[in-house]
Amino acid sequence: MTELHTVELTVNGVPRAANVPARRLLSDFLRHDLGLTGTHVGCEHGVCGACTVLVEGAPMRSCLLFAVSVDGASITTVEGCTGPGGELGPVQQAFLDCHGLQCGFCTPGFVTTITAYLDENPNPTQDEARHAIAGNLCRCTGYQNIVASVLRAAEIRREAGVKT
Amino acid sequence: MKPPPFVYHRPRDVDEALDTLAEIGSDGKILAGGQSLVPLMSMRLAAPAHLIDINRLSELAGIRTGHDGVEVGAIVRHAQLERDDAAFATQPLLRQALQFVAHPTVRNRGTSVGSLAHADPAGELTAVLALLGGRMTLRSTDGERTVAAADFFLGPLESAVKPTDLATSAFFPALAPRTGAAWTEVSRRNGDYAICGVGALVTLDDDRRVASAKVGLISVGPTPVVADLSEPLTGQPADAAVFDEAAQLIQDTLDPEPDIHATAEYRRHLAGVLTARALLEATNRAVEATK
Repeated sequence: MTELHTVELTVNGVPRAANVPARRLLSDFLRHDLGLTGTHVGCEHGVCGACTVLVEGAPMRSCLLFAVSVDGASITTVEGCTGPGGELGPVQQAFLDCHGLQCGFCTPGFVTTITAYLDENPNPTQDEARHAIAGNLCRCTGYQNIVASVLRAAEIRREAGVKT
Repeated sequence: MKPPPFVYHRPRDVDEALDTLAEIGSDGKILAGGQSLVPLMSMRLAAPAHLIDINRLSELAGIRTGHDGVEVGAIVRHAQLERDDAAFATQPLLRQALQFVAHPTVRNRGTSVGSLAHADPAGELTAVLALLGGRMTLRSTDGERTVAAADFFLGPLESAVKPTDLATSAFFPALAPRTGAAWTEVSRRNGDYAICGVGALVTLDDDRRVASAKVGLISVGPTPVVADLSEPLTGQPADAAVFDEAAQLIQDTLDPEPDIHATAEYRRHLAGVLTARALLEATNRAVEATK
């Protein structure tokens, strides 16, 4: 009988908990145990970046974390990258504006990665924007529109006066 | 794939971690950042029966920077060390090389000491520790010992860390006066494992000639390769022509393995080009340091 561990996380501001085996990856914890299927699982060994979530604000690959190891942490998933009233957040809106996605499978990882990136670097150049997304793979877009989305998101944040 | 099942241990302090390690021996692995271990488990290349999670051991969380160098605790993340201004001021090679370790997302979780203990021949920090002549501190229930970098890396993915040891810290000596450091590497894609990477230290004399020079290379052997170039270079002008010759010397001593990413010949070629480049960049920084 596999021993279960109680894992309590604050996910997108809401306290959540589940009893899971130690080997439960954070990606599966979010999807299977909490039903938050916005986080996508691509390669499941840390290469593609689709499963990226923010742990205490810092982007990490949720497929490379055991849920039990981050017990007590605050997590932000793509579902939490919205505006204060639940409307699309700056990065989400930018992807819509710039056609930054096609099939959308990789998008959650991009949105979380870019959200955290812009918090630290609110005015990236095009080169910096490209570098910022270098750890995420997209098989559809050829990245051009994702780079444009990073720059557009920075613009939306400036227009909205997001504190930086 | 999913990682195989394991028994999870979360010790409250280092002593408890050491007791647990002593009890379970080679069936156990330390879980720090897990950025190498978890994919290995998911690919079923590793199946430890026990994991000992040290992520909450605050006694291992510090970066201590003194005049002699930088001591990095076992759960310090790459990103934390990369951003540490005091560590950068004392030993700039740390930040220079850390910027090439995987992607920022991985650096946010992966630990510097963990990557040293993992001893991947493509791991940047292995060559940084070896080039600087740093050391590792290991603890077990038998006590504490330090292992010099030269004795620490034993083979691919094999270090002097025994199953009952916990690597508690790594020590990187400070940059010497009149010295510049540089790291450069080539990988197929941004953030990938380096096909070859080279770190360099160049010290200049009063006439801005080479007083000493040393390089450390990754991905060209089972362990990091360190070459002291002081013999051929001391007293020589620190310029591209001289460094190209030194790079040739290094190329001739290397015997890299071919793999799917690069032939042995290409790796050797890169080792030469990158050695010359790193020496030149380190020289430019040394010139700045002597101003």
